[in-house]
Formats: sequence, C-alpha cells, structure tokens
Amino acid sequence: MATLTLPKEKPIPEELLPISGGKHNLGTVTDAIGSVVLDPAKTPKQFWYTLAVSFLFLLLFVYAVAYLLIWGVGIWGIHIPSAWGFAIINFVWWIGIGHAGTLISAILLLFHQTWRTSINRFAEAMTIFAVMCAGTFPLLHMGRPWFFYWLYPMPNIAGAWPQFRSPLVWDVFAVTTYFTISLVFWYIGLIPDFATLRDGTKSKIGRIIYGTLSLGWRGSAFHWKRYEKVYLILAGISTPLVLSVHTVVSFDFAISIVPLWHATIFPPFFVAGAIFSGFAYVIILGIPLRNWYGMGDFITRKHLDLCAKVMLGTGMLVCFGYFCEIWMSVYSHSKYERATTWQRLFGPYGWSYWCLITCNFVVPQLLWSKRIRNNDFWLFVISIVVLIGMWFERYVIVITLTREYLPSMWGRYTPTFWDWATYLGTLGLFTTLFLLFVRFVPMISITELREQLPRAAGGRDGHSISENAS
Amino acid sequence: MSEHANDHANHHDHHGGHSGSENEPGLFGILSEYETADGLIAATKKAKAEGYEFMDGYSPFAVGDVADAMGYKRSEMAPVMFFGGLIGCLAGFCMQWYLSAYDYPVNIGGRPYLSWPSFIVITFEMTILTTGLSGVFGLIALCGLPQPHHPLFGVPQFDRASRDRFFLCIEAEDPKFDAHKTMEFLQSTNAVSVVEVPLT
Repeated sequence: MATLTLPKEKPIPEELLPISGGKHNLGTVTDAIGSVVLDPAKTPKQFWYTLAVSFLFLLLFVYAVAYLLIWGVGIWGIHIPSAWGFAIINFVWWIGIGHAGTLISAILLLFHQTWRTSINRFAEAMTIFAVMCAGTFPLLHMGRPWFFYWLYPMPNIAGAWPQFRSPLVWDVFAVTTYFTISLVFWYIGLIPDFATLRDGTKSKIGRIIYGTLSLGWRGSAFHWKRYEKVYLILAGISTPLVLSVHTVVSFDFAISIVPLWHATIFPPFFVAGAIFSGFAYVIILGIPLRNWYGMGDFITRKHLDLCAKVMLGTGMLVCFGYFCEIWMSVYSHSKYERATTWQRLFGPYGWSYWCLITCNFVVPQLLWSKRIRNNDFWLFVISIVVLIGMWFERYVIVITLTREYLPSMWGRYTPTFWDWATYLGTLGLFTTLFLLFVRFVPMISITELREQLPRAAGGRDGHSISENAS
Repeated sequence: MSEHANDHANHHDHHGGHSGSENEPGLFGILSEYETADGLIAATKKAKAEGYEFMDGYSPFAVGDVADAMGYKRSEMAPVMFFGGLIGCLAGFCMQWYLSAYDYPVNIGGRPYLSWPSFIVITFEMTILTTGLSGVFGLIALCGLPQPHHPLFGVPQFDRASRDRFFLCIEAEDPKFDAHKTMEFLQSTNAVSVVEVPLT
C-alpha cells in the first residue's frame, strides 16, 4: 500500500480494507468488475455447468407448479393437523436467508464496517431472489394464487376486508414492504454502476439498456449529495425493517396457542436464525465468485473469515434459543409444554430434532478453528450443513402440530414428491436468477469500492458512504 | 447554506442544458478535467472564490466536499423522506382504524374495535414503505432524472466521469461567464484538459 501523505480521518487496518494488495486504482477496479459483464470471454466454464443444472431444477419447478395449478394443493402432503407443511417451512427458510443481505447492506453500513462493500451487492441480490422464492410458497399454498390480491385491503363488492389483527395479514405487509425496499435499495446502489457500464460498453444494445437503467446518471455533485442521503436513510429504515420481518414471521407461530410456539423467545430467536442461515448462503455464493471469477482481490480470505465468525456467533444465539425452549418447558410446569418437548426430542419425528442439533450446534463448532475458517472447502461444507440445519429447525417447529394438546388431534405428516419438487425447484429458480445477475449486473459495487481505495490510488481512504451524506 | 446554490441545484436539474445562455449562445459551458478528487475540490473552491455560481462537479463516486464547496451543504432528502414516512404512518393506521371500527366492525368476544396494539405492525411497515419510496422517487424527481440526453455526454473525455476522472463544468448561464476568461481561469486550476461544451 502506498504511503499516505494526506491526513486520514479514520484509519482502517489494512486487512479490513475491501481491496487487498494495493495494486488497484480507479480504472482497474472498474475493469476487474465491469469486464465480467461486458466481456463474454470472462465468463468461466463453471458458469455454464451451474446454469445448466439450475435451469433443469427451474424446469422442475415450472412442472411442479403447473401440476399444482391443475390439481390443487391436494398433491402436497398437507392435511389436518399439519396444514402448512413444506409451504411454510420453505417460506421461512428462504426469507431467513434473505435477511443476511439486508444485514450486510444496511446494518453493517450504519456501523461503518467498510468491509461490507465487497459483498453487499451480491448479498442484496441474494435477498431479492430469496424473497421471491419465499413468496412463491404462501402464494401456491393459497390454492388459487390468481386471487392473491385478496390479501391486500382492496375495495371489493363483498364489502369485506382483511382481518388486520391477524399475523398472517401482518406477514403480507411485512414481506411486501421488505421486497419493495430491498429492491429499491439495490437499484439505487446500482444506478452509478449502470452508468459506468453504459460508458464502458462497446455494444449499442448494451448502451441503450444500461443507459436506460442508469436513468442518465452523470455523477453530478448535487445528485451525489442527495443520493448519499437517500442511501443512508434507506439503510437506516432497512435496519428495523429486517428485524421486523422475521419478527412478524415468528408471530405467525407465536401468536397461536400451540405449545412451544406460544413463546416470547420466538422473535429474537427467529431473527438470529435468519442471519445464521443467510451468512451461510453468502459464504456459499462468495466462495465460487471468489474462485471462478478471480475476485480474490475484493472478496478476500478476511471477508469469508468475518462471515464465518458472524455465522458462528449467530449460530450460538440460535442454540441458546433451543436450550431456552427446553428449559422453559421444564420450568413452566405446563404438562403440555413438557409433553410436547418430549415428543419433539423422542417422538416419531425426534430424528429431525437431533439432525437439527447436529447441523446447527455440533458441526458449526468447527468454526472456532482458524484453519477451518480459512479453508474454502470446509467452510463451504459447513455452510451447507448449516442451511440443512436451519431447514430442519423450521421442520421441527412446523411438525409440532402433529403432537399437541389432545391425542385426538395427533397425526402424521409426510411430504410427497410434489413437495420436494417445488422445494428443489425454488433452488433452481434462485440459482438461475443469481447466475443471470452475475452475468449482467456488476456483482460488486464498483462505485463504493472506488471510495475504499487509498488516496494515492484515487480513492478516499475507505471513506464510507455514510460519512458524505447530508 | 447558500440559498443561491440551492436554487442552482434545482435550476440546474430542471433545465440543465436546454435553457441556452445570454452570454454565449450555442455553449453549455466549459469543462475541466482532473486526475484526483482533491484536484476537483480545490478547483471548485477556487471557482467559488473567483465568483462563479453556476457550476457543477462530476465524479465517479460521491465526493461530498465538492457540493459543500459549491454551497450545497444539505440536501432536501431528509424532509422529503420524513414527510413521506409520516403520510404512510398516518394512512396505514387510519386505514386499519376506519376499516376495523367503522366499515366492517367484527365483534370478537367484546374486544374493542380500535385495538391499536394489533395495528402497530402494519402501521410500521407502511411507514417504512412510504419513507423508502418517497426517498427513491424524490431523488429521481429532484435530480431531474431520467435524463437520457445531456450536452456533457457529447464530450469524449466525459466518458471517464463514470470511471476514473473528475470534472468541473462552469456553465454559460453564470453571469460572470466569459468563454475566453473562464477557459483561462480553468486552465490555471491544474486541469488535465479544458474543453468547451457545445449545446446539443
């Protein structure tokens, strides 16, 4: 790194600067990230393999949804007492994954964590695609998805309105707001990058498309002033928003009177679990981007290491939640709470609880080791295990319905082929959308990275966006 | 805050390039190019000290000091987003109040129709939604975007404003503008290049 002759407002340790090596300047940063979009030769062959596989799963999704629309939700394994089944498990799983993107883009921005700049763009894309996948499940579960707009308070001939005291209606508002705000936050961040692509592309079609998307952005100082302020306030409002979304999702359960659901620990426990699984997904996406696209200068070992530490920390919070649940059932002296806990641990679905504990408590302990955190392969494997564990967490919660108050209410739940096809299909939908994003949109914010460069290389010494806003 | 700069910010965005000039017909302004952000900041301060008012800096990332130097220290976005959020907050709560207590009252175990604690979640979400949307649409509207055409886009060097160069444009509308003198002035600011920007 070059010596800094100008005074620094806030020194940042070098390993935390998003750009390592000190060999980059404003132009090379632009080329390194922009060329992935502008130069087809930069697309690695792994892109095509992954796209082929994920597109097959996307076709499976289309098939499963078409079959569902023809035959109805009876093709799924859902029935009373377990009327939600996979639909809500996958909804909560996907939306939880999305939360890490907002945490990275908004909360870490407010905390002046400049290292977020290397990962916020693709993490925000992950959020948007994950929320899209999440949204498909409640929509399909409605049975007649084409009437989805009945969820919103729209004047209608029957004079009936949604029940605003129901957490399911809260959920509609929370998820809609979350999707909209995540989308505009992402787009606002993209406008200057689209302008860079518009000026950098040699193709006429590219110039028209990126020119339209950039809205004619020309980097005016007046515009930047407003831009930074809007960006900062969006980060400020996204922070309580992201916490509220998973809180509201947990209300879907906690407002009911089902034993082990009716618990005040649910909101923080759900939010921690969301961030836990979201960081696992960021690592799963970050490792291939780093290795396949040669983004090692921007997504450094240090970034993956920090993500792994956040994953370990939130994982321990989640595990605290598991032990709290058991403790509360013992301490409450409620025989229903105790019996349901016993059923959860040793009942017909007890195996899923122990899968959960293995995946979310035992395996992540490996992350205490620096050597494992610094090993791409093991980090990738542990992240997948964590995602499986978080899926099991929602499975365990949802399956509680098969063993609650009275034995006459007991039942069994088995997913069918169509449940699996829809779930695996959304994985294909997500991966396909993400790959298209990587191909056509800068995967790292070029504009924000420029500010992170040292002054000698043309940047502002890691000056974060929030310090310019007024 | 300089009132003038604020007026200029709006004026500039709404009419930029299309209003022509009394001083120099056919000229949008004079554009100088710098290698660093600090070069642009210094030049902006110098131009301000020289008495120029109608100018704008262009940079590939936000350099807050440039707008500060031009006297535009605080943007309008905070009040726009505050009032946008306030409208959403009130509209969200009143909608639930009206629909649950007057238009479609449902008596559930004698509980109050205006059960405000259960309306907080949607009120909150509506506040966030309208704050965010008013910020985004307010930003686009106040900046006069989308604006696909601008005289500056006709300058070949200006392509690098979104890459690695910093520009200052003193506009022909400025009362003090004089094609010859302004060009000489900008050449004295350590600029890499100084060019005339024709109105297109």
